[in-house]
Amino acid sequence: MAIKELQPDEQGTSLWQDAWIKLCKNYLALFGLAVLALLCVISLLTPWIAPYGYEEQNLLLGATAPSLEHWLGTDIFGRDMLTRIMYGGRVSLTVGFIATAVALLIGVLWGAVAGFVGGRTDAVMMRIVDIMYALPFMIFIVLLMVVFGRNILLLFVAIGAVEWLTMARIVRSQVMSLRKQEFVEAAHSLGLSEWTIIRRHIIPNTLGPVIVYTTLTIPSVMLLEAFLSFLGLGIQPPQSSWGLLINYGVESMEEYPWLLIFPGVALSLTLFALNFLGDGLRDALDPRTSKD
Amino acid sequence: MALLEVNGLKIYFHTRNGLVKAVDDVSFTVDAGETLAIVGESGSGKSVTCYSLLDLLPKPPAVIEAGTALFDGEDLLSCSTARMRQFRGNDIAVIFQDPMTSLNPYISIGEQLIEPLIYHPDKTRTQSRKKARLQAIELLDEVGIIDPEARFDCYPHEFSGGMRQRVMIAMALINKPRLLICDEPTTALDVTIQAQILELIKKLQKTRDVAVIFISHDLGVVAGIADKVVVMCEGTIRETGDTESVFYNSQDAYTKKLLAAIPEGAKLLPNRAEQDQPLVKVRDLKTYFTDFSKAAEGKKVIKAVDGVSLDIKRGEILGLVGESGSGKSTLGRSILQLAPNTEGTVTFDGSLLGELSPKNLVPWRRRMQMIFQDPYASLNPRMTVYETLAEPLLYHGLADRKSIDQQVRQLMDDVGLAHSQMRKYPHEFSGGQRQRIAIGRAIATKPELIIADEPVSALDVTIQAQILDLILALVERHNLTMLFISHDLSVVRYISDRVMVMNKGLIIESGDTETLWANPQQEYTRELLKAIPLADPKLERKRISNI
Repeated sequence: MAIKELQPDEQGTSLWQDAWIKLCKNYLALFGLAVLALLCVISLLTPWIAPYGYEEQNLLLGATAPSLEHWLGTDIFGRDMLTRIMYGGRVSLTVGFIATAVALLIGVLWGAVAGFVGGRTDAVMMRIVDIMYALPFMIFIVLLMVVFGRNILLLFVAIGAVEWLTMARIVRSQVMSLRKQEFVEAAHSLGLSEWTIIRRHIIPNTLGPVIVYTTLTIPSVMLLEAFLSFLGLGIQPPQSSWGLLINYGVESMEEYPWLLIFPGVALSLTLFALNFLGDGLRDALDPRTSKD
Repeated sequence: MALLEVNGLKIYFHTRNGLVKAVDDVSFTVDAGETLAIVGESGSGKSVTCYSLLDLLPKPPAVIEAGTALFDGEDLLSCSTARMRQFRGNDIAVIFQDPMTSLNPYISIGEQLIEPLIYHPDKTRTQSRKKARLQAIELLDEVGIIDPEARFDCYPHEFSGGMRQRVMIAMALINKPRLLICDEPTTALDVTIQAQILELIKKLQKTRDVAVIFISHDLGVVAGIADKVVVMCEGTIRETGDTESVFYNSQDAYTKKLLAAIPEGAKLLPNRAEQDQPLVKVRDLKTYFTDFSKAAEGKKVIKAVDGVSLDIKRGEILGLVGESGSGKSTLGRSILQLAPNTEGTVTFDGSLLGELSPKNLVPWRRRMQMIFQDPYASLNPRMTVYETLAEPLLYHGLADRKSIDQQVRQLMDDVGLAHSQMRKYPHEFSGGQRQRIAIGRAIATKPELIIADEPVSALDVTIQAQILDLILALVERHNLTMLFISHDLSVVRYISDRVMVMNKGLIIESGDTETLWANPQQEYTRELLKAIPLADPKLERKRISNI
């Protein structure tokens, strides 16, 4: 392994730089990254590149199988499926990423603090988590909607605020075992402040499980959104999302299978890409895997 | 004919990072009733060799490339899985290093003991539960478990470490094996318990006429127990011979190096202690922990340190000796305010530390540092050497962005690490190098006091000698004061000016190292000193026969 001479400004980020170098050698992870990037770009450009409008109906056409005019077929109202999947991706990806980011932020901080401080603080914080678990999350979300009015941004936050619970528990258990490690004690004896220890010594060592769980959270959040929309609490037709499309697709699965297959493929593709990328990131961020 | 005849054994590990020749052309024989010791440092292939005999290696990555191991004329390496199962436990048994993890915590020891008797693969040899129980109780008595009838139904957590190892030995012997493989059976035990277990193994070997393969890194232990010694290093055998000839008349450079690395005798450097002003004054310090766990059944106070007073003079190395659970580590942490001070005072250079808030303690933290036991756990796996060493310097404002490079290089020079290793992560280093990094971190802030908690007990003997000499050199060069905590009395004698002996939370004896060694006042100290194994077969046998 070649040893680079140190440049003063590259010292602080070495873990991330090494991670990037390693990620670039993991073709599966790069493939995942490329697929995700492609999906995001398509979603961004949808209003300009979509072949039809998302509410453009052609009732005469009805549900038709894929053809040259409509590559992925049309739904029962004669709306182009490709267009609807592209527009649905905008909603699903936004919900997936934002809600997961909210869950990640709250969960990691909550779990890290509870696990690190321990004692009564930990007990109180984890009881709050237990209460949230016990609370039917539908009631929680309906309550939020009633108080703040229906708003797509609120939907993201609401889902995120429910999904962070498991993340907090995972991080807490990691932190509790890390806290007793000698290198954390060494940091204490160096006089580092608690916050510095959490930030520099604890959180980086919880990254592995956190990343894996994050990649699992994103698809589950997307399906949660579909469920809420199905109940009329999320986005409203004629707007669409992958989750909603799949829900409608299931209803007419026997007559018009393409209504289920194509949104399903879109969601699965995202899921695969996320998993590849997540595994790659986990390995890349672990210095114990070799750089070569 | 020899009982076991290993010939040209080659075991390679095919790992992602290439081929590792763990065992490379190893041959030895064990006669019935004889004790063969396989000595080597970690990674020498001594355990791999023995595990291959019972097909206990993970395959892949391990591949047995060549060789035979004839047990009573039958090759162990090429026999079927079913045949191997008959060998295991019946003819060949193993005692593992850690008695804490080798027993199932949910099954009583008696039940675990009779398992091989009542569920024997060979149906003709299965026994009734009643008969098995009688046989097990007899065996527990033989391995020195007091009141075996009552202890039969106890669970592993109700036994001490030494007692658990006795149970493990009983388990190994229950089917009357002809060969017993002991893989570092006393490494996890205290020195006085170690002496008892070694004695037990020796006694059982005589009465039951089993051959023993004794794997160890400790030449002192080997000197007392072995008839023949095999010295292994990096997968190859360096020397084979009678214990006497290997110890007194070694032909091999590596064996000589191993023997020379054993810490022996007193500290050679002069005592630099300044008599007038102690740097640290501890008065009647008590550290209690409350055990809330279910096993404790309600609140239970653990008195880890129970009223200790001591002075550490500026410039001296004070050794603190004690067995596990004596409170020696807690005392070190309490002095550094890493463990609570329930009662009593710690004065550092005239200031009472206990009265300071965590924030006000920060400037003091710079002046007192700690070196930890396990170099694998004491370094953050996600920080490079550079980051680990730079952190204390930057945090305490001892270096700015410009001078930090220079200072880290200086530290690496100080502890003997090459500059080219600056960007590497801890896992890329060996145990000894990791301990050097940890020492570098401890001296980074130019502290006056260093508390070293068993800094060499996780290291191989040759590495241990290097690290001890490094510590001595650094103490001289940087004018350090040190509290050196260890369970290993030879190490403490080699490094300390003064020694304190700790037992059950109390300091029971203290004095200048050589005075205390020559003339221990307390019965407990005498027991401790008597239990140290000597790396000299004649002296060691004499010592054992005197106990």
